[in-house]
Amino acid sequence: MTKKTAPLMKTIGLKKYFNVENGWKKLKSTVKAVDNVNFSIFPGETLGLVGESGCGKSTVGRLLLRLLEPTEGEIYYQGRNIVELPAGEMRKLRKHMQIVFHDPYTSLNPRMTVGNIIAEPLKIFGYGGASDIRERVMDLLSLVGLGSNHYDRYPHEFSGGQRQRAGIARALALHPKLVICDEPVSALDVSIQPQIINLLKELQGKLSLTYVFIARGLNVVKHMSDRVGVMYLGKMMELAGGEKLYASPLHPYTRALLSAIPVPNPKYKKSRIILEGEIPSPINPPVGCRFHTRCPERMERCSIDEPEFREVETGHWVACHLLEE
Amino acid sequence: MSATVNTEAAVEQEKNSPFGEVWQRFKKNRIAMASLILLVTLTLLAILAPLVTSYDPYVGQLPQALKGPSASHIMGTDELGRDIYTRIIYGARISLWVGLLAVAVALAAGTILGSLAAYYGRWADNLIMRFMDIMLAIPSLLLVIAFMMVLGKGIENAIIAIGIVSVPEYVRIVRSSVLAVKENDYVQAARAIGNRDLAIIARHILPNITTPVIVKATLGISTAILDTAALGFLGLGVQPPYAEWGTMLGVGRNCLAPHIVFFPGLAITVTVLAFNLLGDGLRDALDPRLKC
Repeated sequence: MTKKTAPLMKTIGLKKYFNVENGWKKLKSTVKAVDNVNFSIFPGETLGLVGESGCGKSTVGRLLLRLLEPTEGEIYYQGRNIVELPAGEMRKLRKHMQIVFHDPYTSLNPRMTVGNIIAEPLKIFGYGGASDIRERVMDLLSLVGLGSNHYDRYPHEFSGGQRQRAGIARALALHPKLVICDEPVSALDVSIQPQIINLLKELQGKLSLTYVFIARGLNVVKHMSDRVGVMYLGKMMELAGGEKLYASPLHPYTRALLSAIPVPNPKYKKSRIILEGEIPSPINPPVGCRFHTRCPERMERCSIDEPEFREVETGHWVACHLLEE
Repeated sequence: MSATVNTEAAVEQEKNSPFGEVWQRFKKNRIAMASLILLVTLTLLAILAPLVTSYDPYVGQLPQALKGPSASHIMGTDELGRDIYTRIIYGARISLWVGLLAVAVALAAGTILGSLAAYYGRWADNLIMRFMDIMLAIPSLLLVIAFMMVLGKGIENAIIAIGIVSVPEYVRIVRSSVLAVKENDYVQAARAIGNRDLAIIARHILPNITTPVIVKATLGISTAILDTAALGFLGLGVQPPYAEWGTMLGVGRNCLAPHIVFFPGLAITVTVLAFNLLGDGLRDALDPRLKC
């Protein structure tokens, strides 16, 4: 990872709040799904985003593509703020950024053949005549490990892994620069997961893709990511190069997550950090540091001040009072 | 030998296409199949009316008036000596036509309004749905009559009035189906690959809500036929001398001859029942999970 290069994408103060209306009394409450998140994505890298379910990592993924409109904040793609782009301009930009979805069973239109699903982005962006498109789709099918005999089949005739491959082919059809992988393997059988992960890695090398790889656990991300961001309740807690984060995690939450990765060695006695309690509701997140209710190293000021997300070493960002003098 | 292999292959192929699967399930439902056959027969009779009847539906022979069923007039004759069987066959043209067109009107408007309400939500949803609620609060036949008063009598106006009045039901069913379908990731994917809103609705959402809509439309044809008959009975719909089942009932009720009202009434009942049973059968065939 070279820090000299300009980021491909950069967020500043990204926020997404969902309003929840409660019955006829209209008691409005706000879910702060993503709350003031700042990070950059550099060309060619894989940025892993990790966190428990409900921490806002998928929301971040969708905000980056403007599939959801941010409540506040800026998202720069190659120096342009895409939040301000009118709908038509944004649509043109979509060929640069694509997404692979979490659930392969709902991400393909059941009424379209797989060939047509993959051909659709090509048709929208005027790739060429019918035969050009067909040829390109055939190339894409073989690129993701499917055959030309799959062209005229419907998604329901496919297995989960095959569907995910078709979803990847659709995402790659327009030669995107950035691909958001939103938990691309968590809905698949364990036996299929490494195949898809290896496929994604291989494609990254071949097509020089930039990935944002969203996952629930640190172990999946470890094999994929150059840098890893750890999220908790809509906030980025720690962001560092992969090696660094695994070798010397600074945030107590990251340490707890790392200690939960199973080690395939029965003699190895590891000290697991067991977090107390449940993840609090994002409707009324804890004041101060969001993690203080479950933090094993909490201090008095943690429940009062919110720690700033600071760069404590080059490329290592943490939001924790333990690291402030 | 090769013939059996071929048919087996054909059956296999039929099972693989989505339509073939539905047809396989539908075929097993005897009541629905009987309804389908009955309706197809009725449609053919209506289309071929001049060939399958031997009298003029509008010109009667007064000496023959009010005769009961006999060999020459199997359903008897009406007060003007016209053959009732002939008039019922010609009436089928009107009833089926009005039923189909009224449903087409309602379905078109309902699909557009329902998908806009569900897709855009917020004020569009509120505006459309509150208006539909108001329409649903007025008894439908009363509303049809009101529309007929404004538009005037006649077949075209009857189609429009019956169509408009049934719009809210279609809006509701389309809206709720779109709300469910639009949460799927493939709709997000359609946006991510650069589709416009209208393309997303037309290509990715509407094809996935056809099941409930087809069922509703089939059942809706029977309601439309009943409404047409009711209008005709009240003298507001299709005007004499046109043969229409409801009009025949309305005019015939003054005569003291039971067969004049019995046969048109039977035609209405059987046709409506057939459409209802066909709709039920379609629902079971299209969505096997709903079958109890």
